[in-house]
Amino acid sequence: MLHQDRAGDIFSRIKKLSSGDEVEVLFYNVHSALTRFANNTIHQNVAEENQVISIRSAFGQRTARATTNRIDDESLRRVVQASESLARVQHEDPDLLPLAEPGQVHGSSPSRFFERTAALTPQERADAVSDIVKIAGRERLTTAGIFASSEVSEGIFNSRGLQRWHLQTSSEISVTMLAQDSSGWQKTNSPDVGSLDPRMLAEVAAKKARDSAHPQEVPAGKYTVILEPAAVLDVVGFMFSDFGGLAILDQRSFLNDRIGKQIFGKNINISDEVNHPLQSGAPFDGEGLPRQHVSLVEKGVVKRLVYSRATAERIKRSEFRDKLGSVAPTGHGFPLPNEMGEAPMNIVFHAPDNPQTIEQMIASTDRGIYVTRFWYIREVDPYEKILTGMTRDGTFLIKDGKLHHGVLNFRFNESLLHMLSNLEAMGVPVRSSGEESFDMVVPPMKVKDFNFTEVTKF
Amino acid sequence: MQEIASWALNVASLKGASYADARIVDERSRSLATKNGKIGSAADSESLGVGVRVIADGAWGFASSDDLSRNSVEHTASRAVEIAKASARVKHGEIQLAREKTMTAEWVSPFKIDPFSISVEQNLDLLLKIDSEMRSVSGVTLAEANLNFKREEQWFASSEGANIRQTKYVSGAGYSAYAFAGSEIQKRSYPNSFGGQWQNKGYELIDELKLVENARRTGEEAVALLKADRCPEGVFTIILDSSQLGLQIHESIGHPIELDRVLGMEANFAGTSFLTLDKLDKLRYGSELVNVVADARPEHGPGLGSFAFDDEGVAAQCTPIISNGLFTGYLSSRETAHTIGSNRSGGTLRAEGWNRLPIIRMTNVSILPGEKPLWREQLISSTDSGIFMQTNRSWSIDDKRYNFQFGCEMGWEIKGGKLVRMLKNPSYSGITTDFWNSMDAICSRDEWTLWGTPNCGKGQPQQVMGTGHGAAPARFRNIKVGSAYKGN
Repeated sequence: MLHQDRAGDIFSRIKKLSSGDEVEVLFYNVHSALTRFANNTIHQNVAEENQVISIRSAFGQRTARATTNRIDDESLRRVVQASESLARVQHEDPDLLPLAEPGQVHGSSPSRFFERTAALTPQERADAVSDIVKIAGRERLTTAGIFASSEVSEGIFNSRGLQRWHLQTSSEISVTMLAQDSSGWQKTNSPDVGSLDPRMLAEVAAKKARDSAHPQEVPAGKYTVILEPAAVLDVVGFMFSDFGGLAILDQRSFLNDRIGKQIFGKNINISDEVNHPLQSGAPFDGEGLPRQHVSLVEKGVVKRLVYSRATAERIKRSEFRDKLGSVAPTGHGFPLPNEMGEAPMNIVFHAPDNPQTIEQMIASTDRGIYVTRFWYIREVDPYEKILTGMTRDGTFLIKDGKLHHGVLNFRFNESLLHMLSNLEAMGVPVRSSGEESFDMVVPPMKVKDFNFTEVTKF
Repeated sequence: MQEIASWALNVASLKGASYADARIVDERSRSLATKNGKIGSAADSESLGVGVRVIADGAWGFASSDDLSRNSVEHTASRAVEIAKASARVKHGEIQLAREKTMTAEWVSPFKIDPFSISVEQNLDLLLKIDSEMRSVSGVTLAEANLNFKREEQWFASSEGANIRQTKYVSGAGYSAYAFAGSEIQKRSYPNSFGGQWQNKGYELIDELKLVENARRTGEEAVALLKADRCPEGVFTIILDSSQLGLQIHESIGHPIELDRVLGMEANFAGTSFLTLDKLDKLRYGSELVNVVADARPEHGPGLGSFAFDDEGVAAQCTPIISNGLFTGYLSSRETAHTIGSNRSGGTLRAEGWNRLPIIRMTNVSILPGEKPLWREQLISSTDSGIFMQTNRSWSIDDKRYNFQFGCEMGWEIKGGKLVRMLKNPSYSGITTDFWNSMDAICSRDEWTLWGTPNCGKGQPQQVMGTGHGAAPARFRNIKVGSAYKGN
């Protein structure tokens, strides 16, 4: 694993090779492993060791990037030259800023490195899979899924003396249980593998597969839905790239002309908090700025966006300068040069005043649909934020306060503006992981008038 | 590189592997993009490493490393065997590979102009010209353009004696104009959306695409869409342009024929397939006019699914997938071929890079053009009433690949054989086999384009792969239109 001292040595070598006015280097080193199972057997089992060194050279108002995974002198020289050659032929960018200054980092970030995750062996992963397979066998189900673990170090150094470094572990288990005509799914992840419970995930997924067997067709239409956190995560994730200042400047954001207005229900409060105990990731952005705590949505009103350094400067000179509230770099920029600017990546939904359990939400529902997860979500309309997608792996009809039976899966076409204005209840936010969006801290939700437009054949 | 591969194969054998292969991949890419008159990104990237795949104790293991020193490569091979032995703790039977003739070969994808020989200045000038043309149209609020080039050199060696070196060049280009006004954002793209057109070609592709010539029109269409009528909801005859039909093939034919999905290997992530094994040679997938092949052979064209050998050393093949409407073939590998009664792999196993395990991927899954001459204008003029849809805007399909919904950037109402009215926000939806059985016309070879889909995601850890899809404009009857906006 690449450590900060070694990265510092590599950076010194790069600096000596560089003829640019300024140079910045990103380091990313990963040791990862993933055990994959299907049909109650391990069918794929992989491991990877890789390091990436990405060099950005700047000459005045020109900059470009070149990346390699080789650290011998010849490779570093070649990549420095590549970044400089690319940079020299750029047109001048009047918005390009000098590299970030070292600055002060206030406070400390929670440790996200766990030795037992870094040391996890293929045998231990296989043993956990074996436990999952045994539960599938007991229930006469077929199981598929993954057990993954990784250790990542990442950092940024620049010629102004900025140095940031982050070391983290990750672990993840995802389990699907398949019956003849039904299925169930659960997924969780954590920096600490000791907090994962493969048997519990398998039991829950198996129960969903069992309970949703022999699904019946229910007509499409508007229903009250109860969404598990993973289902919430995968749909709301489609809006957060619009919470960057550059999206407003580009007029590609659904928040154009909507900042400061009531666009969601008053029970929606969202912030970006890299240091939240359930969050993950490095506490600095692609230029090395500390990621700040930003309150994005308060009582359903979008209060603040996130900004890279350059975007903040551009906004201050633009027609939007008086329309967006406080505008300053927040530490959410992507590595330069890029076209997307910035985005919040550590989303935390706040707990409501009166959180309900999923069981309470079901008990208070006369007729509705219970959704375990969504699948293949895509944006239909960028401004009204209409999304389409399918339900999957555990969809139930709720009748008279109980899960009544499994149903054939639905296609939805639903506006996030509508959905987040129609919340009847929320639970306690949890760290959640899906397949369509990055991990977040989100609650289960009960939403009225959720728009299902079609039914599929299973 | 052969020596490096031999280190891996020898150690794998010594540690107890009954089969091993090693892929060393050296990849170089360049990505250039502009946005609203400025450089959006300018980046070069290179990556080199080795992936070692083994069977030990009858189970699979795979390990990869960026370090090609002898110690590291041998450690990586040893680790792959250790992982395979761990896999064997949870297995039902022994992995068996279909026999394959071992080959020693070298192949380079055909190209005329090395894209890396073209100066960055020339590329940026081209992008900025395109950008300027789009933004010369009043009402265009955002213009984005991109050029992408890739060179991938791969050495494959196996314990069976295969020794194959392949080099591929990939070029891609495209752009989009956006118009925001009132409460909507409209978009037009050329030559296709989500990255444009990509092929296994050199810089000659960029010259062929006539990028500058189409930029102003693209901007004009984006702005015009703001004032267009919304596409109606109902059941209509639709005509799809070839790029949209290419994506329709990708989602509703290409993915369901992947044998690993059919066999449940992707059940946790990408999903399974409605094409269960009992449907082979029995299911009426489409109308008599529907003929689809999975053709990786270079003679099919410079598609992103073209190669000489797949990533387990199987020579490129053409597999009939749908023959006169009948379902006739799957995409298979050496491990899975036996499940469909075949003694040979269909040659479709590919990996994103050195650090990924090869899995079954689409090659060039293409619908064959109509045999009778039929131009797009003729197809439209022979249609009394319907909607012509162009360029994908959104796509979604369920995890067994039955129910799909596609949105397109632009539509046209057809009346009396003529395009009479521009329509915005067109979408259509349906069930895969119903849809393909409703096809009653497809244009001929002159309208057929081999499109590249550079961003197909599959596998855990996820791998992004390029696939090819040849398609010509085609007509479908009684299709549900407009559900995407229903209720919103």
